[in-house]
Amino acid sequence: MRVLYPFLAVIAFILIALVGVRIPGGQSLIGIVLPYLAILAFTGGFVFKVLGWARSPVPFRIPTTCGQGVSLPWIKQNKLDCPSTFWGVAGRMLLEVLLFRSLFRNTKASIHKGPQLAYGSSKWLWLVGLTFHYSFLVIVIRHMRLFTNPMPAFLHALEFGDGILQVGAPQLYITDLLLVGALLFLFVRRLVMPQVRYISLANDYFPLFLILGIGITGILMRYFIRVDVVGIKQLAVGLVTFSPKIVGDIGSLFFIHLFLVCLLLIYFPFSKLMHLGGVFLSPTRNMANNSRMKRHINPWNDPNITPHSYAAYEDEFREFMVEAGIPVDKELAKPAESAAAGPAAEAAPAEG
Amino acid sequence: MTMAVPKADKLGVSVTREPSLMTGAVPSKSWMDTPVEFKPGNFCYPAKKSIVEYHKFPNPRDWEPVADDWKLPANWKDIILQGIKERLDKFRSFKIFMDCCVRCGACADKCHFFLGTGDPKNMPVMRAELLRSIYRNNFTTAGKILGKLAGGREMTFGVLKEWFMYFYQCTECRRCSVFCPYGIDTAEITMMGRELLHLVGVNINWILEPAANSNRTGNHMGLQPHTIKDNIGYLCDDIEEITGVKITPTFNRKGAEILFITPSADIFAEPGIYTAMGYLLLFEHLGLDYTWSTYASEGGNFGLFTNNEMMKKLNGKMYAEAKRLGVKWILGGECGHMWRVIHQYMDTMNGPADFLEQPTSPITGTRFENAASTKMVHISEFTADLIKHKKLKLDPSRNNHRIVTFHDSCNPARAMGLIEEPREVIKAAANNFFEMPANTIREQTFCCGSGTGLNTDEIMELRMRAGLPRANAVQYVHDKHKVNTLACVCAIDRATLTSLMNYWVPGVEVCGVSELVGNALVMDGEKERETGLRFEPLAGEGE
Amino acid sequence: MYDLGKIIPGLIVFVGLVSFPIWYNGGDAGAIPKPEKPVLAKECVADIQYMRTTHMQLLMAWRDDIVREGGARTWATARGTEYNRSLQSGCMKCHTSKKKFCDTCHEYAAVTPYCWDCHIAPQETK
Repeated sequence: MRVLYPFLAVIAFILIALVGVRIPGGQSLIGIVLPYLAILAFTGGFVFKVLGWARSPVPFRIPTTCGQGVSLPWIKQNKLDCPSTFWGVAGRMLLEVLLFRSLFRNTKASIHKGPQLAYGSSKWLWLVGLTFHYSFLVIVIRHMRLFTNPMPAFLHALEFGDGILQVGAPQLYITDLLLVGALLFLFVRRLVMPQVRYISLANDYFPLFLILGIGITGILMRYFIRVDVVGIKQLAVGLVTFSPKIVGDIGSLFFIHLFLVCLLLIYFPFSKLMHLGGVFLSPTRNMANNSRMKRHINPWNDPNITPHSYAAYEDEFREFMVEAGIPVDKELAKPAESAAAGPAAEAAPAEG
Repeated sequence: MTMAVPKADKLGVSVTREPSLMTGAVPSKSWMDTPVEFKPGNFCYPAKKSIVEYHKFPNPRDWEPVADDWKLPANWKDIILQGIKERLDKFRSFKIFMDCCVRCGACADKCHFFLGTGDPKNMPVMRAELLRSIYRNNFTTAGKILGKLAGGREMTFGVLKEWFMYFYQCTECRRCSVFCPYGIDTAEITMMGRELLHLVGVNINWILEPAANSNRTGNHMGLQPHTIKDNIGYLCDDIEEITGVKITPTFNRKGAEILFITPSADIFAEPGIYTAMGYLLLFEHLGLDYTWSTYASEGGNFGLFTNNEMMKKLNGKMYAEAKRLGVKWILGGECGHMWRVIHQYMDTMNGPADFLEQPTSPITGTRFENAASTKMVHISEFTADLIKHKKLKLDPSRNNHRIVTFHDSCNPARAMGLIEEPREVIKAAANNFFEMPANTIREQTFCCGSGTGLNTDEIMELRMRAGLPRANAVQYVHDKHKVNTLACVCAIDRATLTSLMNYWVPGVEVCGVSELVGNALVMDGEKERETGLRFEPLAGEGE
Repeated sequence: MYDLGKIIPGLIVFVGLVSFPIWYNGGDAGAIPKPEKPVLAKECVADIQYMRTTHMQLLMAWRDDIVREGGARTWATARGTEYNRSLQSGCMKCHTSKKKFCDTCHEYAAVTPYCWDCHIAPQETK
């Protein structure tokens, strides 16, 4: 159910788009109205979500220290995994965001007769995760050729690099293969690995299917069922210059592709995909480990919470203290006050 | 009553053979449809009514986790949901960690509770989902519309039971957080979960009673001032017997330069007391102008395992006492969670400590820049500095009977970055030191399995399971290098690792790093040592 | 605490990136390609819509068939018009200017086919 429902949902969306382009006005709806709505929902939703996070303070400085912290001058600090300065944190965040540093540490534990636990290196998730994200990024940037006229120069280099294999015409993009391959790996991994299968929800499969749907329709359009690129670009540039029009017969496959992309954009801010923004705001990663050097302020720190006072403590134990020769602030004035046992007089259970 | 715990060889077989998610068996039912079942041995005893009343916490009563009725307030669901909302508004970490998880599973096999039990709900991601599912259902658009399809579920009594079970099978060790691509820290989730449970009066005695003791008497053990002085006096007697040196420490002395605070377990029970003897010897060796306090006589802080308000309240004594006594700065003993509180919370909660001076070692003149604001220094930092400046007369051969490995405690390693200092100290104080495998030390260290107030006897089997990854790594160096001493800088470790070693790796003793120092220190006017601080024969003596 | 000093600029960068094509184009959609149509020819080798979307694959098919399979050079359209399956001496016979025909759309769609890595483009009449 957790796999089937999201799959059926994506199929249903494809069918809706397929029918949609055939009804009068359907093409304008999917090609013009929906993209505007989607980009508004995406940008607005994203900003709204991040501001929602920002509304809550970070009351305590809680970095996860993953190496030696700043200490005595002759002890070598691990400045990237346990930074104590702004630039150290910037470096840590760059490693995290650009290279998935934490995931790179991944190990796989197994238990054997003995009992004996073993921890093997396990970098596939890191490698494929990185491949997926970078392929997706390159593909998104590459699509800018359809939204800009004339195309900015740096895109030529990207186009050239991605098509460097010079296979077929139009040239095969390496990232197309990598994206679909990575998505299939991530999907199969969810199905096959018992632990991951058990934790996976419908909301984990849905974006996989949706992006797979986008990738496959894109690939079909480029290599198999050709569509009119000039017509598409006229629409795309029209959209971003606020003069959109649909010219000629673009092909329904394009509208399915676009429909799924719009769904992804709309779905994004409401889903786990917001990890794109969240990774920057994670307090265990984006804070310097300098809490003993520099006081961190908690805006809701309650000054009314005070410890059980020394005076009250001494009042309760003064007699014993005096008898034991422990200095007191107030001498015993009159015959000993009773050291009445409170409700917690009984000692805590012994350790171990 | 202590539950019968299976023998180590039997448990050793069952952790590898019993069908579990660790041994490759996949549960047939979804986790949402798998209710928890409490039975003796898998839960900690609830807090006594009188203790809950003492803390003025909600809903004090006598209740039983195994019972069908937990005597919750009628509107308990609203209380929980309101509690979640309040915490979402107060903690960005909570919001981010609720929203960002992609369930990649990288954390799954990083948790010692999962490795030892194979229970799917002990995967950190799953532990968080227990709470996240409620969050989705009630606080997210997708969850409100799609409900279960978006991974949401209703807050029910069954969910509350799950929380009580699994937020007390997490030691807030943060190991999962090291591996999470978004830094999601289950410790934060567990803290939130426990805070929420307190709102409806669901809590455990092993945390709240020490917290009550700490509030009233100044320490978890409930030691009253004269008892503290007596206990330390006994330790000094032993020191005199072993070394011939007479030490007379001071208590609550105004005008001392340094206030020394360590977990009360160090002056209460073995093997912590040997660590305390180490401190006493070290300070005597230096002629340090310091004092103990009977009022702030607890380094540890079970408030960290309760809620942030309690943490602040208990921690407040440290600065209050430092101010009252007029000391210049505070020196802290060996303890894990104590140092998480000092390093990451104290200054924020109870600072600024503007009545103190930036800590400077009176012996070496080193200014502890890394403690410039909080003004509290870790004993390992202090000792490592002394060693570097050759201010200690050490005879490491006195520890030749010890083949040492070092257990990084969770909090110093992952919430402080205190990794090399204790190693520097050990290497100077002992000749035989071997590291455990790389995946089990430093920031990847494994918890003792009984932290966050879970070192209670009624869950002994769970503790032995959760401690298995640590024990296993010790076993490895025990077999390979004949390691017989597990050093650590944590009072809870000293207690719990001792039980763990006795169970899984008999023949390995647990000690504080300062015990090794005390043993190796060549004191002025000492007699020839025949035994170590435990009255154990030294290498080459009495063999 | 709140870190708004970093979050707000971050969001501005985010919106800036998302809206890149809007501010890059600055409201100007630019020229729409008008490929020069042959004056004399009555029909192309296939229908216009097919040629518009799929000509590159047709050219590749010709190449593979002729060069690798020894296929015939001469072919005929559905209406029986004979033509040469060749880029230089087929297509370019009618579409005489690469600049005014091929390049108009290729530049617009920002594609750089590698036909001309080997083939020689016809001399442009200025």
